[in-house]
Amino acid sequence: MYVAVKGGEAAIDAAHGWLAEERRGDARVPELTVAQIREQMTLAVDRVMAEGSLWDPDLAALAIKQARGDLIEAVFLLRAYRTTLPRFGASVPVDTGAMLCDRRVSATFKDLPGGQVLGPTFDYTHRLLDFALMAEGEVPPARERTAEPGPVPHVVAVLDREGLIQREAEGEGPVPDLTREPLELPADRALRLQALARGDEGFLLGLAYSTQRGYGRTHAFVGELRTGTVTVEVEVPELGFAIALGEVVLTECETVNQFAGSRTEPPQFTRGYGLTLGRTERKALAMSLVDRALRWRELGEDFVGAPAQDEEFVLSHCDNVQATGFLEHIKLPHYVDFQSELELVRRLRREAAEGATREAAE
Amino acid sequence: MTDYNFAYLDEDTKRMIRRAILKALAVPGYQVPFASREMPMPYGWGTGGVQVSAAILTPEDVMKVIDQGADDTTNAVSIRRFFEKTAGVATTTRTAEATVIQTRHRIPETPLREGQVLVYQVPIPEPLRFLEPRETETRRMHALEDYGLMHVKLYEDIARHGRIATSYAYPVKVEGRYVMDPSPIPKFDNPRLKSEAIQLFGAGREQRIYALPPHCRVESLDFEDHPFEASKADHPCALCGATGSYLDEVITDDAGGRMFVCSDTDFCATRRGEAA
Repeated sequence: MYVAVKGGEAAIDAAHGWLAEERRGDARVPELTVAQIREQMTLAVDRVMAEGSLWDPDLAALAIKQARGDLIEAVFLLRAYRTTLPRFGASVPVDTGAMLCDRRVSATFKDLPGGQVLGPTFDYTHRLLDFALMAEGEVPPARERTAEPGPVPHVVAVLDREGLIQREAEGEGPVPDLTREPLELPADRALRLQALARGDEGFLLGLAYSTQRGYGRTHAFVGELRTGTVTVEVEVPELGFAIALGEVVLTECETVNQFAGSRTEPPQFTRGYGLTLGRTERKALAMSLVDRALRWRELGEDFVGAPAQDEEFVLSHCDNVQATGFLEHIKLPHYVDFQSELELVRRLRREAAEGATREAAE
Repeated sequence: MTDYNFAYLDEDTKRMIRRAILKALAVPGYQVPFASREMPMPYGWGTGGVQVSAAILTPEDVMKVIDQGADDTTNAVSIRRFFEKTAGVATTTRTAEATVIQTRHRIPETPLREGQVLVYQVPIPEPLRFLEPRETETRRMHALEDYGLMHVKLYEDIARHGRIATSYAYPVKVEGRYVMDPSPIPKFDNPRLKSEAIQLFGAGREQRIYALPPHCRVESLDFEDHPFEASKADHPCALCGATGSYLDEVITDDAGGRMFVCSDTDFCATRRGEAA
């Protein structure tokens, strides 16, 4: 077989070798194991799984190791792996009401069935560097308490009973899959939420923040934020019932937003929704604000031109694997285009100079 | 080759892409949405072209990959390696020997013939994108053949600069119907868009495929009093002496020294009698 080889090939090999060495770092320092990343860099692992749209803590940890801690690169590695997997079907909708919560807070009610559970949060830590962590040592075990038995109902369900919050329609038809069909606009809410769930945390954070500062303000209260484990089940046609495939950790956020009412609807609250893989609380919160901002049309609100209201803008730019690829492609050679621009600019300048000389002569 | 399906993509995905290609060939210049997959190389680095190539490759194909006209640019090397590894196809640098040529930003100088397929990597498939950022709007404009905005843009160029100031990705009209972006090839290449070969355009990130069937009518947009002109640097190639090929400018020192050489490395090497 004839194989074309030229200079670029040796350069690429050398670069890859150097990269591998840099990834390992100083060989006198013990190498990180994938298990260490999985267990001790859990929030990074969760972010990579959320934006990679794949639940696999081991592979996410491997991706982080391989990517030298560059999380977008790790997301990309996980996505490129995910795309090779066959898709067997959709699960039964997960029941987040039955979630085994290890965190559940509501900002709208002081107390409620199921209680407020802070869980393992950074929220009230003082952000002081803990120099003790520089020395190796074990942490004392956290205090344990038996969870209160009983269900942990969704907070908005309480408002729903009074008719104070707008009802959500049941989804119809098969679940859309952004990874198997091209994104076509306008998108329905299910597709929007799917895009946001795998969107870049930083991008959604910025958009959500912009709504809080008045660019499409929606007056959000955190009705509820919960994180915990849910069971994923699939219907098996041959069996006629659903079987459990396994468990995943999810973060769910429901916001309660003001709505002035319209000619046809009395004033009531509306909702924004965020649901993300893993412990990705900032992302779930941001997602729910952006979701709410994108619903202006359906709720009869004005489009004020805010970026967070603009479905095409948000959905076309929230994916960090797409964004980073296109941004970074400008590193690739562009001599051909640049050469034609050079020719054009030289020519235009020459013509301008000739024109000026002519005018001076006349 | 047990690790990958032939040419990496699974057969269902290839079938989906082939359907999009067939539709694109049936409606020349029309951008067909397709469910672009995540590829193991970044979006913007040729994922659309790679998916199109993967969908059409057969084990008997001989593949050539160029970037900026050259076979040895790093990304061309990377993509060629990808297909050597995942499809095990023979590769070549010779335009005449290749059955499938994947390209970024150039059309080979050697005229293509029947039986060859040229696959373009496309960054932004929408020729109207920089005039109208919304996809919902531009799709409507294509549907209604509403290309006034594009003509106004070209006219404004003339009003401001005395000529059309678009030097690459110069828009064309296909079979008198769809305005199409030929990808960022220099406008020098535009006349060769009319070809005996099949031309397929893949935009991975933007999830679009479009095509030019052989002998398809392709006209570069212009005005009667400002006809289209395929321009290039006004020099012969410093290596092979060719006067009709597109040239790269190479800076040779920091005192303004420069030379002009063919951007198509195979064309230049063949003329010098030293094709690899």
